[in-house]
Amino acid sequence: MRDAVIALALVWVAASGTAVVLTRDPLHQAFVAGFFGLCLASLYLAMQAADVALSQLVVGAVALPFVILLSLAKVRKPE
Amino acid sequence: MTDRTRLRVFLVAAAGLAVALGVGLAGLPRFGSPASTYADVINALAVPLRRSTDAVSAVTLDFRGIDTLFEEFILFAAVAGVSILLRPLSDEIGEMPEDQAPDRRVPPPSPAVGLLGTILAPLLVVAGLETVTHGQVSPGGGFQGGVVLASALFVVYLATSYSRAERFQPGGLLEASDGAGAGGYVIVGVVGLLAGAAFLSNTVSLGQPGNLISGGTIPILNAVVAVEVAGGFVLLAKEFLDQTAVIRQDRGGRRS
Repeated sequence: MRDAVIALALVWVAASGTAVVLTRDPLHQAFVAGFFGLCLASLYLAMQAADVALSQLVVGAVALPFVILLSLAKVRKPE
Repeated sequence: MTDRTRLRVFLVAAAGLAVALGVGLAGLPRFGSPASTYADVINALAVPLRRSTDAVSAVTLDFRGIDTLFEEFILFAAVAGVSILLRPLSDEIGEMPEDQAPDRRVPPPSPAVGLLGTILAPLLVVAGLETVTHGQVSPGGGFQGGVVLASALFVVYLATSYSRAERFQPGGLLEASDGAGAGGYVIVGVVGLLAGAAFLSNTVSLGQPGNLISGGTIPILNAVVAVEVAGGFVLLAKEFLDQTAVIRQDRGGRRS
């Protein structure tokens, strides 16, 4: 049972990681990357690494997309 | 460099990478294999030696506490680097964006978003404090809790406006907490020296396992890490938000 959960989480990570690469628009990519971080956190949780899952969650799904979105807003703004 | 030499360099590098990856992957534990000997040792020793029911916190903040000290400094240096790179340049000024249509009122955020933010922001503060203070008992700790605390500000920004969120980001205080957190970790380490033991030795009374006050220096280190991480992440957000919202080219040097 535990192996099945880990295998499922691994498939999620592989699928969402591929999706990040295949998404070419940076704005969409920020959201897909956030979802990838969520999948990675669930993989760590499946492996019972709850501390690392929490760290991954706050960095991969909160901080990283936030910084990317603000950078895009700055770069795209017509001056 | 011609295409031929480029291809040759690539082939050599690719072959080296393939060999290194192959050897490395062959040495990995098999899928579903039981935990390593180190994990068994830590699980057996964390509670009797450190009275910390979260073995990961016992490793990161005690057994390998010096590694976390360096990670603290990495985060500190990264935040300082961002602050320096994103400072207003000599041809830039900071001012609120001007309204292109003064007769039109700026629509406030929708009531639903406002309500969500009102509920979510205090909950995030409580959840962050809970994660920080229970690091020695359950999964979590200063880093995770610190980012959760910082994300409360993101919600305030989302639910209100930049000028409202700006009141929660006093630059000097944030820089001070970022530095004080990083320095506080060293001070806790020096306390070990003053007690006659090694740097970062767990010299504080250990308490009972499972209690809020247990693990000796682990909750203290969690607290200083939280001060640094929360201050650092809000500072990071402030620098990026300032760049997006208020810092623009000076009118004198403005193009078009």
